[in-house]
Amino acid sequence: MKKVLAALGFLLVSPYLMAGSKVIATGGATTIEGNSGGGIVPWATINGYSSSDEWSVNSFAGRVGVDDFTLDSLGVGASFNNQWELSFARQKFALDTIGGELRQDVLGVKYKVAGELLYTGLPQISIGAQFKKNRDFALPSAVGAGDDSGYEVYVAATKVFFDAIAGRNLLLNATIRSTDAHQTGLLGFGGEGVSRKLMFESSAVLLLNYNLALGTEFKQKPNQLGFADEQHWRDLFAAWFINKNASVVLGYVDLGDIAGLSDQTGFYLSLEGTW
Amino acid sequence: MVKYVLLALSLTLTACQHKPETSLYQRLGGESGVEHIVDGILYGIEHDQSIVHHFADTDIPRFRRLLIEQFCELSGGPCKYSGVSMQESHTGFQITQAHFDALVNHLITAMQQQKVSVEAQNELLAILAPMYKDVVYR
Ligand code: HEM
Ligand code: HEM
Repeated sequence: MKKVLAALGFLLVSPYLMAGSKVIATGGATTIEGNSGGGIVPWATINGYSSSDEWSVNSFAGRVGVDDFTLDSLGVGASFNNQWELSFARQKFALDTIGGELRQDVLGVKYKVAGELLYTGLPQISIGAQFKKNRDFALPSAVGAGDDSGYEVYVAATKVFFDAIAGRNLLLNATIRSTDAHQTGLLGFGGEGVSRKLMFESSAVLLLNYNLALGTEFKQKPNQLGFADEQHWRDLFAAWFINKNASVVLGYVDLGDIAGLSDQTGFYLSLEGTW
Repeated sequence: MVKYVLLALSLTLTACQHKPETSLYQRLGGESGVEHIVDGILYGIEHDQSIVHHFADTDIPRFRRLLIEQFCELSGGPCKYSGVSMQESHTGFQITQAHFDALVNHLITAMQQQKVSVEAQNELLAILAPMYKDVVYR
């Protein structure tokens, strides 16, 4: 009997051991660009559950479906020491009503510089860089983008406040991103009269318990391409951290106008595996 | 749309928020509750290869008594912690962030097993989390 119990216990804890020591949900979810964060905003969190001297890997698949467009993202990431995060995401933005698609690759790196998400008064602060490359540039070029690749750098500050609202823990995040991308780079980078801009992004997430969280995000966008307005993005999401190996995020997104088509709202779904 | 849902959400949540009359100590289950939580942590430590080595020379019954005293006092119970400061007791052990995370996980597991409410769990975590700086890398 004892042996059976021990074996059972081992089976139950073994995936947990493989997943690293960090507390559940503290690796965040994975954004459509492949880094740890919410759905569209990168946070100062480091993906996965690797604490000091540990490493972890993760992969995700996400879909945003709005009225006239579908964005599919697929990616992998690795993190070490709860300090370094490397990520790669491949995006496919299908122009459902216009026809055609825009594909982009995003390579990201993030480094935690100060603070601890859960344990210090100072928020966790990380700096990150993303290198983006269009795999389809005919349309972006035709509408005025100057470059088929670009880079973005950002600083993010994230903190969990224990026992903040109705006894629940609250995560707050603020991110500042330097970018010259149009529609996150899906419509290219730079171009005539386009300059690098600082954009503000934020997230607020209420952790209902260890496994369930409700969040909202705001992402300021630069709107520098003459041919069509680009608007700020917003979302609301529910995240379910099933265990340290799997999580699901379901959301409602409002992407504003895209390529002249207005009021693009719809759903967001993302699945993530972490080891 | 997003704004209204958020507003509604925060209103509902704050509307439900009332400071309970009972102390955190009582909501942790009083004397037996705190004892069970500490025993749960000890069980977790004993079965965790990544941190058990720190306790090789520790007087376990004394450690257990001090942890119970400390949790009891911090949560507003009728106890007085008689041990040394967190900084003093954890210096020289090379406790890392991973070790600290591991202990927090054992604490959470122990509280879940004791069916402590999420609110009370978070309240205790809020008290203990800032001790991080006194415990790790010393
Ligand atoms: C290699 C190290 C250890 C060995 C071989 C060991 C062995 C044992 C044994 C044989 C028992 C009695 C089992 C029983 O009554 O069912 C016990 C009980 C216990 N151990 Fe350990 N132990 C070790 C380390 C630790 C550590 C590191 C802790 C806590 C930090 C710990 C906490 C306890 C507690 C709380 C009890 C229950 C005592 C009681 O019921 O009064 N032990 N241990
Ligand atoms: C908020 C977190 C923690 C609290 C509240 C806490 C509390 C305590 C208390 C009350 C004592 C007894 C002090 C005394 O002997 O007078 C103690 C000792 C000890 N703690 Fe912690 N502790 C924490 C984190 C940790 C961590 C993360 C580790 C390592 C994994 C650790 C390892 C030890 C060891 C090895 C001792 C025994 C020292 C000795 O034998 O002299 N503690 N702790």
